[in-house]
Amino acid sequence: MDKSTWTTKAGLAQMLKGGVIMDVVTPEQARIAEEAGAVAVMALERVPADIRAQGGVARMSDPDMIQGIIEAVTIPVMAKARIGHIVEAQVLESLGVDYIDESEVLTPADEEHHINKHRYKVPFICGCRNLGEALRRIGEGAAMLRTKGEAGTGDVVEAVRHARTVMAEIRRLSSMDEDELFTYAKSIQAPYELVRSVAENRKLPVVNFAAGGIATPADAALMMQLGVDGVFVGSGIFKSGDPVKRARAIVQATTHYNEPDIIAEVSRGLGEAMVGINISSLPAGQLMAGRGW
Amino acid sequence: MLERIGVAVTEVRQPKHLAHVERLIIPGGESTTIGRLMVLYELLEPIRARAQAGMPLWGTCAGAILMARQIADGKPGQPALELMDIVARRNAFGRQLDSFEADLLIDALGDAPMHTVFIRAPILEQPGPAVEVLAVLDDGRIVAARQNRLLASSFHPELTDDDRMHRFFLEL
Repeated sequence: MDKSTWTTKAGLAQMLKGGVIMDVVTPEQARIAEEAGAVAVMALERVPADIRAQGGVARMSDPDMIQGIIEAVTIPVMAKARIGHIVEAQVLESLGVDYIDESEVLTPADEEHHINKHRYKVPFICGCRNLGEALRRIGEGAAMLRTKGEAGTGDVVEAVRHARTVMAEIRRLSSMDEDELFTYAKSIQAPYELVRSVAENRKLPVVNFAAGGIATPADAALMMQLGVDGVFVGSGIFKSGDPVKRARAIVQATTHYNEPDIIAEVSRGLGEAMVGINISSLPAGQLMAGRGW
Repeated sequence: MLERIGVAVTEVRQPKHLAHVERLIIPGGESTTIGRLMVLYELLEPIRARAQAGMPLWGTCAGAILMARQIADGKPGQPALELMDIVARRNAFGRQLDSFEADLLIDALGDAPMHTVFIRAPILEQPGPAVEVLAVLDDGRIVAARQNRLLASSFHPELTDDDRMHRFFLEL
C-alpha cells in the first residue's frame, strides 16, 4: 500500500473537476459553501479583497482557524502558504489539509524560489499566467494548477487573459514539429519533458482551474467555456449581498456552463455583487499576479 | 477509458440527457455536491427508476456512496439514490494524506491483480443477501460489490490503464 503518490495527489484534483472551490474565513462560511455544493473550500484568514483593502503582510492562517474549518465540513479543505515558505507548508501538512495553495495572494517569502513540492506528502496547487509558468510549477511538483487572474478585484479580465494564454499556447505547441519543441521549451523556460508531454497529449498533465476575479454565475460559466476544469471563487461570494444564493447560483452555472437558459435563471435576483475594482485603475505595485517566478 | 474500449460516451447533467444512455456511471467527486445537484435538477428519481427497471449503474467512490442504502459519516439528510443493499462509510481511510494505491486480487476480473487508487475513499459495509462482494482489502474491508446490474467501487479504475473493471461493467 503506497500513500501520497503522484497518482493520489493529482487524482484528488481529478475528482474536483467541474466544480467550484470557495474561499472561506470561518467554519460557518465553510458550512454555507458545502451546503451550496462547493467541491472544496479554501481556508484563509482574510479574503483577497480584504487583503487589498487592509494592506500589510498576508501570511498563512492561524492553525486554530484552519482546524475549525476542517472539523466543520466533510469536503476537502485547502489552505494557502506564502510562495517559497517551506515551513508554512510543513505546518499546513501537519494540520492535515487536503491541498496546499502556494499562493501569490499572500506576500511572497522568497523572491527567487518556489517550494520544492516533491518533498511533501500533501499535494500542492499553484497559480500560472502562461504555459511556461504552469510547467515550471508542475516541474516543482504541483499536482493541480489554477490560472491566476487578479484576486480580490471582482474583475474577470485577468482571469480571461491568463486562461486564454494557457489554452492558446497549448494549441500552438500541439501543432509543432518535434524538432521545434527544444527551442520552445527554452523560450518559455519550461522543462523539456513536460513540454513534450503537453505537445503529445494536447493538454496539461494536471487539472487546471480558473481563479482571480470571478464574481458572477456568468463569469464562472465564461471560464468553463474557455476550457478550464473548474473555478475558484474568492471574495466574490462572501463579499456579495446574498452569499448563500450567489454560492448556489455559481455552482449551478459552473455545472451547466453551456446552458444559457439555466445561467439566466440562476442569475436572477442575486442582490449586490461584490463592489469590485477595475484592474486598469490599480497601480502596478498592487497587482498580485506578477508574484511568482 | 470507455472511448478507448470503443464505447460511445455522453454526459448526463439533466433528466433529458438520461434518455440517450443505456448504462450510467456516477463518477468520483464530492457526494454532497453531486447529490445536491441531482435533487436540484430532478435526476434522483429518474435515475432510481431506470436502475430499478434494469439499467446497469456503476458508482465509483462518491458514486458508490450515492448508491448505498445508507451513508455512514455523511452529512445529515444528504440526498442519495439508496439503490444497493449496502452501507457506505464516507472518508473511511481519513483525509487526503491517507489516500493510497494498492494491488488487489479481484476474482471476477481474472488472476492478475488489479492496481487500484483510493482517494479520500469510502468503504462498503453490511452487505445484504443480494449483494455479491467483489473485492476486499487485506484487512477484509469491502471495496467493490455488485447487486444484479448495480456495481459499486471505492477505488478509481479510470485513473489507471487497467480496463477490466470497465469491461466487467459493460457485460452486466
